[in-house]
Amino acid sequence: MSRGHRPGHRRRGREDSSSHPSGERILVLPGEEIPAHGLKPGPGTYRTGGKVYASVLGLLSSRPPLVQVIPLSGRYIPKPGDVVLGTVTDVQGTFWLLDIGAPRWAPLHMTGTPWKIDVGETERYLHVGDAVTVQVENLDATGRIGVTMLGEGLGKLEGGTIVHVSAARIPRVVGRGGSMVGMITRHTGAQIVVGQNGRIWVNGTPEAIRRVTAVLRLIDENGQRSGLTDRVESYLLSTMPTGPSGPREPPMESAGREGPESSEPSAPPRSPPMLDDEVEPESDEENGTDESGDL
Amino acid sequence: MGNVGAKEIPVLLSPEGLRIDGRRLDELRPLTIQAGALHQADGSAFVEWGANKVLAAVYGPREVHPRHLQQNHKAVIQCRYNMAAFSVDERKRPGLDRRSQEISKVIGEAFESVVFAEEYPRTSIDIYIEVLQANAGTRCAGLVAASVALADAGIPMVDLLPAVAVGKVGGAIALDLKKEEDNFGEADLPMALVPQSGRLVLLQMEGHMTEAELAQALDLGVKGCREIYEKMKQALRERYAIGPMAGASS
Amino acid sequence: MSEEVDAEIRTTHVLDLAAEGRRLDGRGPDEYRKITIEPGFVATADGSALVRIGDTAVVAGIKLEPGKPFPDTPNAGVLTTNAELIPLSSPTFEPGPPQPGAIEVSRVVDRAIRAAETIDLTRLCVTPGEKSWVCYVDMHVIDHSGNLIDASLLAAVTALAHSTVPAKRFEVAEADYPLDIQHYPIECTFVRLGDTIVVDPTFDEERAAQGRLTVATDEAGRIVAMQKGLVGAFSPDDVKETVRRAFRHGAELRELAKGGTP
Repeated sequence: MSRGHRPGHRRRGREDSSSHPSGERILVLPGEEIPAHGLKPGPGTYRTGGKVYASVLGLLSSRPPLVQVIPLSGRYIPKPGDVVLGTVTDVQGTFWLLDIGAPRWAPLHMTGTPWKIDVGETERYLHVGDAVTVQVENLDATGRIGVTMLGEGLGKLEGGTIVHVSAARIPRVVGRGGSMVGMITRHTGAQIVVGQNGRIWVNGTPEAIRRVTAVLRLIDENGQRSGLTDRVESYLLSTMPTGPSGPREPPMESAGREGPESSEPSAPPRSPPMLDDEVEPESDEENGTDESGDL
Repeated sequence: MGNVGAKEIPVLLSPEGLRIDGRRLDELRPLTIQAGALHQADGSAFVEWGANKVLAAVYGPREVHPRHLQQNHKAVIQCRYNMAAFSVDERKRPGLDRRSQEISKVIGEAFESVVFAEEYPRTSIDIYIEVLQANAGTRCAGLVAASVALADAGIPMVDLLPAVAVGKVGGAIALDLKKEEDNFGEADLPMALVPQSGRLVLLQMEGHMTEAELAQALDLGVKGCREIYEKMKQALRERYAIGPMAGASS
Repeated sequence: MSEEVDAEIRTTHVLDLAAEGRRLDGRGPDEYRKITIEPGFVATADGSALVRIGDTAVVAGIKLEPGKPFPDTPNAGVLTTNAELIPLSSPTFEPGPPQPGAIEVSRVVDRAIRAAETIDLTRLCVTPGEKSWVCYVDMHVIDHSGNLIDASLLAAVTALAHSTVPAKRFEVAEADYPLDIQHYPIECTFVRLGDTIVVDPTFDEERAAQGRLTVATDEAGRIVAMQKGLVGAFSPDDVKETVRRAFRHGAELRELAKGGTP
């Protein structure tokens, strides 16, 4: 497949979501009543006794005609059109099963590939453990996910590695108009393919891959906070290699530490590097929500 | 309730109406909740409640194993409550005993009552509760931890599920029994509340109390649950803080 | 099966990095992740510790109960170790009887504790042939991000070092007394990634590994247990070099465990 394309980016609108009409982002929890103001209860909500409540933890979004809650956590919920990264978990006579981080494994039928395959020959093309880029085609009422490998930028992934972040963090990873992923690419020279399911393919030099991995972890842990863009940029600047034979960079968990002789090799769990405490909350940043509540 | 033949029964209620640890009858033990305590799970929480330490993890919705448990129209919710061998005074043999299996069942059913399982047909939502240190009320601590873990895992549900045990000690109805009160008190009544509807989805009782005492116990339990509910929400708000990264809330 | 299939390119990436002497998280081949040790984590146990190595976490708890000595060791107490790889700790673990992985962790940790004579079992004898203490070492893996053996033994030995024999509670003696440990075994686990042998493997590195080697050493300069695991092979020279590294790491980890960490 062509590496020049970043199929995950092409979905219109996902990264251009906007905040609550008041401009304020509101975190709601399951069971909390939501002011509906006559709007229809959408995904992430339920109605009972004439009132609307949140059913998931997430950000409130009131955009006529729907009031809904955009989840901040949880497994990837497929939507037709999404480009996702998957791993082959099982091979059958006419299809493969893919783990795309969704509640269920997704069958990829042999007719959904660019290859001419005879029944029983699936094993020759994809093995358990192979990574692929596919597109979600359809969903049926039983939660069965149909995916295809026919399309530009889809296919088997070779080289590089795959990093996992929460699927809810993808709009933040992409940034408004691709700004975040663009910045990461610019500072690291890595090739990046973002799957809407929170799986991200990264290729480049070992340093580039490690810096991208560190930044993705930073976004994963802080994706709902403001000030993220500055934090990511300052991390990237602070870890800029000085040259081909420059000093070894500190591990991502312990940016700023002196060297391997330290007796504290890394930071506590779930604590990505906190580079400074003076970052201003930014106003121009997208709020990480996905307004396409068309599920 | 375990006082038959006991060598000495401690004084559970002082003349001033204070309990063995100095609490009032309607007072909870200290409770701290950490949402997202583990790395591998889809959602998790660690609860320290009095001298209880309980972990919960949620995996799913995911493919069902074993396959025959799969349900065509909804997710199957599987709950496993387990006590570590060292979590109690006399070492417990590792593995699920009958008590653990019963508790796993009623907790699982409590969550089935609030989770929108039909949104994920043919999948499994697996809830694991591990009691590391026990001091009465572990099923309630487990419920609270698991409920926060479910929210952390993004599972859709009617509401969080606060839970607490009310009991009868020294003749009085008391909130949130600790071990001595549980061992030597007259009754123990664990419950889990759906705050949104005001209904109970877990209710058990051991011991004996009158009708009037039960009514009083239910009132006290619901009040306690609402207090615990606020702490559960606080734990989730801290984990999903949306303020600037420096930490200050906007 | 619930085993999560990892993308093979992740494994390949781990191996590619190793070929350049690098690791996913930026560590050198001879570096442990951050280790924290919290003795006394569980108040209901007679001794306990929570140990974290990076994202891996293990809680060990010690329980002592009066029992009967084995007929062939009438003057010694009884030591029992058990590791639980509970399904809470990893998407790859399922409820049910102990998996081979859990049994291996238990046995490798058990061998090190025994061979190092970590505790003086004769001190746990009350009446020869009739009554002795049974010392249960239970290890609960609560977060599995690789290298369970090192974390489990570190937790077990720290817990033993902080244990009290509940003699008063069981009316065996007038007062409780500390369960002194006499030796301090430490296990260090290495995996082969191509031509490189790295210490303290993460979960990803264990999946990519072409062989795993655990070496237990004590402060007296003895090797007290070894275990080769996973598919793969080590040359005698590899083994010798790994043992040298295990002594060096062992000394550092032992100091860390003795001092406790914040």
